[in-house]
Amino acid sequence: MHLTSVLVIGATVIALLVLAVYVIAVRTPEGKLDHVGGMRLVLWLGAIFPTVVLTALLLWALPAMRPLPHQSGDLRIQVQGEQFWWRLRYEDGNGPGVISANEVRVPVGRTVVFDVTATDVVHSFWIPGLGGKMDMIPGRINRLVVKADKPGIFRGVCAEFCGLSHALMAFDVIAMEPSAFDAWLASARGVPARADGRGAELFSANGCGACHTVKGTPHTAMIGPDLTRLGERRSLAAGTLPPTLESTAAFIRNASRFKPGARMPAYSAMPIEDATEIARWLRSADGEAGR
Amino acid sequence: MNRDPLKWHERLRVSLWTLIVPPAVWAGHFLFSYLWASISCAKVGSFARFPTLFVAGTVVALAIILVSGWIAWKQQRMTGDPPPHESGTQIDRLRFIAKSTLLLAGLSFVAVLFSALPVAFLSDCR
Ligand code: HEC
Ligand SMILES: [Cu+2]
Repeated sequence: MHLTSVLVIGATVIALLVLAVYVIAVRTPEGKLDHVGGMRLVLWLGAIFPTVVLTALLLWALPAMRPLPHQSGDLRIQVQGEQFWWRLRYEDGNGPGVISANEVRVPVGRTVVFDVTATDVVHSFWIPGLGGKMDMIPGRINRLVVKADKPGIFRGVCAEFCGLSHALMAFDVIAMEPSAFDAWLASARGVPARADGRGAELFSANGCGACHTVKGTPHTAMIGPDLTRLGERRSLAAGTLPPTLESTAAFIRNASRFKPGARMPAYSAMPIEDATEIARWLRSADGEAGR
Repeated sequence: MNRDPLKWHERLRVSLWTLIVPPAVWAGHFLFSYLWASISCAKVGSFARFPTLFVAGTVVALAIILVSGWIAWKQQRMTGDPPPHESGTQIDRLRFIAKSTLLLAGLSFVAVLFSALPVAFLSDCR
């Protein structure tokens, strides 16, 4: 990034200067510099030079902190921080909002408006690679405008201590080419095809539908993350576990073993085979676009 | 011996109390900046377009710092005792405190400027 290179080069130049002064100081014979000269040196190199450099950096960096402009047609993503995961809703004005969780996708080169809030305690939404942090405060909507300028994967975290699993509350941001993003959003608006079977029955029988939504099934509860497209996420449980069958099954049986304080009950009595069946069913949905 | 009457800034003696004037003004200005920003965001609903009050507060803060720095500058230039400086004399103590006040005034001046600058660049309450 531009800022980074300027700062790195600046720091290197200053370090070399300090070294040079050091070498000169060691080589110069004693008594060469009188008291007044020494004081003058301290004044210029120790006070005036740093003040000028810092002022210049401040003047140069402050305009970059101005919020980006945005328009009413821009993609909006509502993000709600919950202990300890992220509830998402994409609104692009072409049809109903798309609900998702724990992984954000943004189109490269387009302005994206995040409206962030929280339901339980204060969280903070932070994608260091894309913008500053923004507090998520219950009862208040804060706005963060970002624009990704190259495709890639950025990591986001919760930056405000919010409870036992605060450090396990993260997410990936996938910046995609606009056309791939549009295709993804359109497919996320639909219902993915999903193999029926024992996993579906177990999901219902264990009451998972009391908290989770799986589109295309009778389960529409909104207490926990939407699981419709679990299979396409790059991580499980908000950046905590790898997106594998095994870890999904293990998480289902005992969520708070991996995330202390997680608001999902343990199913310790559930046989691992059943948990694996549910995990397979959840991960089986197709409809992947531009992973 | 007929001495000139002391000038007013020479009659004001720097002390530990005057020493803390510049940093106290800096602290006060810092608090003022936060109060000003939050009150204008809460009451006006947007960043105050013409931050007259803020500019006035900043100018006052800078002026107080400048004046105390100037007094300190004058006083630290009074003739001190000849070396060796083996015991703490009145005049040496004065010169020392004056010098410290001067340095603190320089620091506080820059600090007040730095905390005021963002207002010139930021344009809303986010
Ligand atoms: C009381 C509500 C509740 C019930 C019942 C519940 N969950 Fe959860 N579930 C949650 C919450 C809350 C989370 C988010 C945990 C976190 O990450 O902090 C979650 C997370 C998950 C995740 C990870 C989601 C992701 O985005 O990575 C999976 C998978 C999951 N639950 C599956 C299940 C299954 C299967 C069942 C039934 C056996 C079930 N849940 C029952 C509340 C519930
Ligand atoms: Cu959090």
